Amino acid sequence: MLLESVNLSVAIWLPILGAIAILASGSDANAQRVRWLSLIVAIAEFLITIPLYTRFDKTTAAMQFTEFHTWVPAFNINYSLGIDGIAMPLILLTSFLTIIVVISAWEIIKQRVAQYMAAFLIMEGLMIGVFSALDAILFYVFWEAMLIPMFLIIGIWGGPNRIYASIKFFLYTLLGSLLMLVGFIYLYYQSGNSFSILDYHQLPLALGAQILLFFGFFAAFAVKVPMFPVHTWLPDAHTEAPTGGSVILAAIMLKMGAYGFLRFNLPILPDASHELAGFMITLSLIAIVYIALVALVQEDMKRLIAYSSISHMGFVTLGFFIFNAQGVEGGIIQMISHGFISGALFLCVGVMYDRLHSRDIKDYGGVVHRMPIFAAFMMLFAMANAGLPATSGFVGEFLVIIGAFQANVWFAVAAGTTLVFGAAYTLWMYKRVIFGKIANEKVETLTDVTPREILFLALLAFAVLLMGVWPMPFLDVMHASVDNLLEHVAQSKLP
Amino acid sequence: MFEVPNITPAIPEIFVFSMACVILVLDLYLSERLRAVSYVLALVTLVGAAFLTLSDFSNTSITTFSGMFVDDAMADVIKLATYVLVFFVFVYSRRYIQERDMYRGEYFVLGLFGVVGMMVMASAGHMLTLYLGLELLALCVYTLVAFQRDSAVATEAAMKYFVLGALASGMLLYGMSMLYGATGSLDIAVVNEAIGHMSADDLILIFGLVFVVVGLAFKLGAVPFHMWIPDVYQGAPTSVTLYIATAPKLAGFAIIMRLLIGGLEDLVASWQDMLIILAVLSIAVGNVIAIAQTNLKRMLAYSTIAHMGYLLLGIISATPNGYSSSLFYILVYAFMSLGTFGIILLMSHAGFEAERLDDFKGLNQRNPFYALLMLILMFSMAGVPPTLGFYAKLSVIQALIDVGLVWLAIVAVLFAVIGAYYYLRVVKLMYFDAPEVDEPIAAGSEMQVFIGANALAMVLLLPWVGNLMAVCAMAIKGLA
Repeated sequence: MLLESVNLSVAIWLPILGAIAILASGSDANAQRVRWLSLIVAIAEFLITIPLYTRFDKTTAAMQFTEFHTWVPAFNINYSLGIDGIAMPLILLTSFLTIIVVISAWEIIKQRVAQYMAAFLIMEGLMIGVFSALDAILFYVFWEAMLIPMFLIIGIWGGPNRIYASIKFFLYTLLGSLLMLVGFIYLYYQSGNSFSILDYHQLPLALGAQILLFFGFFAAFAVKVPMFPVHTWLPDAHTEAPTGGSVILAAIMLKMGAYGFLRFNLPILPDASHELAGFMITLSLIAIVYIALVALVQEDMKRLIAYSSISHMGFVTLGFFIFNAQGVEGGIIQMISHGFISGALFLCVGVMYDRLHSRDIKDYGGVVHRMPIFAAFMMLFAMANAGLPATSGFVGEFLVIIGAFQANVWFAVAAGTTLVFGAAYTLWMYKRVIFGKIANEKVETLTDVTPREILFLALLAFAVLLMGVWPMPFLDVMHASVDNLLEHVAQSKLP
Repeated sequence: MFEVPNITPAIPEIFVFSMACVILVLDLYLSERLRAVSYVLALVTLVGAAFLTLSDFSNTSITTFSGMFVDDAMADVIKLATYVLVFFVFVYSRRYIQERDMYRGEYFVLGLFGVVGMMVMASAGHMLTLYLGLELLALCVYTLVAFQRDSAVATEAAMKYFVLGALASGMLLYGMSMLYGATGSLDIAVVNEAIGHMSADDLILIFGLVFVVVGLAFKLGAVPFHMWIPDVYQGAPTSVTLYIATAPKLAGFAIIMRLLIGGLEDLVASWQDMLIILAVLSIAVGNVIAIAQTNLKRMLAYSTIAHMGYLLLGIISATPNGYSSSLFYILVYAFMSLGTFGIILLMSHAGFEAERLDDFKGLNQRNPFYALLMLILMFSMAGVPPTLGFYAKLSVIQALIDVGLVWLAIVAVLFAVIGAYYYLRVVKLMYFDAPEVDEPIAAGSEMQVFIGANALAMVLLLPWVGNLMAVCAMAIKGLA
């Protein structure tokens, strides 16, 4: 019982404290110790988050593992934590991927290792904080604080154009978030001085106010997702970020925007959500179709995967705004699955980049002759990205398309094109990079994946396949919460 | 009949004043080697004053000297913060002034007289007391700016400061004389009482109010009365800039509260509009012009101007909630500013002023700990969570939305994003660029401890941010 009540706080603060210890003790002189220490912290953190799944009560939509301490009584801000079936899988995804990121950076990051590892561990804690905060200001603090380590990760360890990308990333997201903050303060006064997110779920609001708030939140979440047309920071940030940064960015930070829609826009502003559903669906479909076409013509592998991420995230927002169980559940499954797949693809590019220091497709060709094991792994992830059945990519897209059919056949048709385009840009890239004749003497010198690389690729491959063939454990935990969410969305909150 | 006034509420002032005189005389007999005695005595004075103020701390408001002197919770909170700030200023300055032949007793004596001025400002119950404190502080600061006699830049800055400062004082006095003409008194409580019986549109009152607001805006450095700030910040020796940029801001807040809230509260509709213009201009001009600076001290000067705009936002809301958020803002700002200029002092050494932005290039490679401290301070200045600077901005914006000034809140928020850019640029220089020089940064151990505590407090005080806000609310409550 005691352990149950402290779980979330421990999950948030353990990696942050671990990171401080690493920062204080580590230097490049004892890099190996820093790496092991980081791995131990990351694994310990994952073990701590497992009970969140095993002890999770699937039958209720109420918040679980709740914690409550008063924090700033003057403004009624509280340290209030709790998770439901929507947040819990995302927390596990976070702690799982952090291990992968630590392993993937093992020999690659040689400079300022302690700072690199600490930045990721701090970010892990903050991301878990975002998913478990039940107080709007606490949520905002975690949400914004995350920008700082990500800004540093892109700026310090990123590619040639890293400085432009990092500042663009920071200012873009800061602007969106601040408008959300104004929205929170407005809600605070509307709700009779409360910052509790759950109180907001019950709060009646006039349609005009709902629409303004919707756009305030939209500014924050749409930038993070990112939705068309505010997606332009993502390809820059992704391309310039180090591999680990790209993984966390694609796999988790993007999910936060989607999570925000589920936690704030849908239940707090149901009438505005219905009113603006057409708008959201249109933007989602543009992202799915148009961005997929943009991805097709990319010459940089990381850019291509970044555009593919935007396109896949369009599926998530589409699923949310058709307001049925298949759509929402499909969207959430797609979030998790995309976390694995995009993370894996960025790692694959990272594996090649570490060897040839190029991300351009034209510099590769015939990699399969030198890296057969790697080619097999990448094949699996490319197929998953294209939505092949028996991989996790299929489950989410399939559910969303079913949901879309119930709403409007044409939505489903438009969304369905991604199965074609997605396959086209992923497999075409795969073909150009992996197959064919050995393109140049640099490719000639490639060596196949090391055991360390096999380890993280295999972990991700396992996750992608598990979720593809047996999605029930993931779907089960979210049923009650999704049903509850849909009830909220169906109820008008007009006064 | 002659009555001896109750001097107990003023004991801290009397103590600091006497000690300053003692140090002044004692220092004449100290050899160069024993200069540290003056330094230690100055620090002891501040600690002693803190004890005296704390022992006398109460929620009730006591007036003495026929209402000229007020001792209430707001005055005590501001005085306590002033002691701490000036204590840090002395500790940070020590090595810097040693290396520049400024390590003399007068430095500390002037600093302490300035403290007395600020204490009197915080406790002013009468416009003359207020003016007395203001001028005492101003004269000390003019002298401190010119303390490096052979520096042409510093002398020029001192001249500018003196001329513009005198002009501002003149404005303030002129406004006060108008108020006196309209109400027949300079006692702030009496003025308040008299205005209550008058029409709020009374021409002489409005006239007086305009001059008072202009005078205050000059002292605070709000746009369009900000011209002196960048020149003085840049021209003064950094240790003096540190002094100007911290404690006097608190005293400035105190006199705004005394005059506008304590004395002219019934004219709120008039001064609210004036302050809105000042605040919006300050936030806009300060944040935009700071982007163009290459000198860090000058950039921070423009950042100060912007921060003064944010400070005014809480006062504009004209609610106790807003006043306490402004007090919280100015407290947090003073400590951020203290830390930031402290880092500049830390990086400077004999013959080298670390005041160009480029001097911070690659700091993370030279010393990760100092880079981390500066990172925290910069994000706190920008108002990014989880730093205290965020809570300060949150509280003033909340106060604005509370009274329905949502548009103003959105303007403030948008300029905060623009402001974030130049703070980020400092972080960028420290973390993303390669260092120009590779020499290690020498710093005394006491300096390291204090600056570490100062900067880390911006994050580590987070669990107690509620208590800090409660203290501010209590201070404001005693005022009403």
